Amino acid sequence: ICDFLCIKNTRGLRSQLKDSVPVTGLGTQIGAYGVQDTLRSGFSSVKNELLPSHALELSEKNFQLNQDKMNFSTLRNIQGLHAPLKLQMEYRAARQIQRLPFLQSSHLALDTLKGNDESISFEDILNDPAQSEMMGEPHIMVEYKLGLM
Amino acid sequence: ELAHSYVSDKFFLLLISYFCTFRNAVLEFECNKLGHSIPAARKTGTTICGVVFKDGIVLGADTRATEGMIVADKNCSKIHYISPNIYCCGAGTAADTEMTTQIISSNLELHSLSTGRLPRVATANRMLKQMLFRYQGHIGAALVLGGVDCNGPHLYSIYPHGSTDKLPYVTMGSGSLAAMAVFEDRYEQNMEEEDAKRLVRDAIAAGIFNDLGSGSNIDLCVITKGKVDYLRPHDMANKKGVRTGDYKYKRGTTGVLAKAVTKLDLEVVEETVQTMDTS
Repeated sequence: ICDFLCIKNTRGLRSQLKDSVPVTGLGTQIGAYGVQDTLRSGFSSVKNELLPSHALELSEKNFQLNQDKMNFSTLRNIQGLHAPLKLQMEYRAARQIQRLPFLQSSHLALDTLKGNDESISFEDILNDPAQSEMMGEPHIMVEYKLGLM
Repeated sequence: ELAHSYVSDKFFLLLISYFCTFRNAVLEFECNKLGHSIPAARKTGTTICGVVFKDGIVLGADTRATEGMIVADKNCSKIHYISPNIYCCGAGTAADTEMTTQIISSNLELHSLSTGRLPRVATANRMLKQMLFRYQGHIGAALVLGGVDCNGPHLYSIYPHGSTDKLPYVTMGSGSLAAMAVFEDRYEQNMEEEDAKRLVRDAIAAGIFNDLGSGSNIDLCVITKGKVDYLRPHDMANKKGVRTGDYKYKRGTTGVLAKAVTKLDLEVVEETVQTMDTS
């Protein structure tokens, strides 16, 4: 059904910059009309947007990013600058192989490169996006992807 | 700002999952403010121990799971399978030990398929400690990991915050002090299998009889090169008593004076067939 829906990632410049910025904001998702989406992200309070609601919230949000940073800097120190650059180029290329944003992509190439195909962790068991009951807004997600938002 | 909510692919998925899960922490806090506390997690309040003997490892555990002051499970299994040559006893929160050992078991299986070799105990130890440290002790799993690999028998104890110790004999859980007392008294290097089994059995029994959080039976797991003996139960230290008397009256105690049988004539009035919606 979806082979003809696979498009190249033609993101605008702004969305590309968001890849490497650590997530520090704790704000909830904005739903329709700019109001907080209670159905999808629960009740909100100003406190929860300023302070983490769990001791591990910030650490877990940035975990993958920090691991990558650590691995790349170790690689740079051992093998020279070319090693992390080559790897990051491969990651960027593999990340572009995906379906439209509101559909489930397998990320097979990216997983193989990162080694996620040989490990199972909580993201694979709990809260599997493939099993989620809701789908994102197709039009808005595609517009963001193309950098029109 | 709409862009804030729809961050690119991977972060989007991560954000979805984390926004839903940290909601639980928020809800719990709100509940506690109103005076209702979330039900206590089922802890295993345990005695687990392990010992290295001449040819391998003996792991032992009791079988009681408690929920606060009540025994939740009289015969739960605390010795978890990690790989054919590695087993792990778990103390602390029952769900945490169960899920942690299952995840590590899966990862170790994938790893051993990738390397083509039997997994080593040090690998399992490192995977466990890295995961427990990542979650900073919020995963309440205290483990005794033991197994026999190409380098011989190894025994590790792993604490919930991620520190590990490699020792010839270890105990964990609420009954660990009682069990350690037995070990300190009678442990020797290069014991025979029967002596090691008796020592572990006595250590677990000390935990069972002197600690309220441990009880019921004693499970043993003997791991040697190429063979695993999972003895469950090895020893039923706390057998439930058998009732000696019976308060039920036997048939014929009361004499029957008269008997009258009335037949109820039921006739079929209406018969309908309702098909199940199996689509």
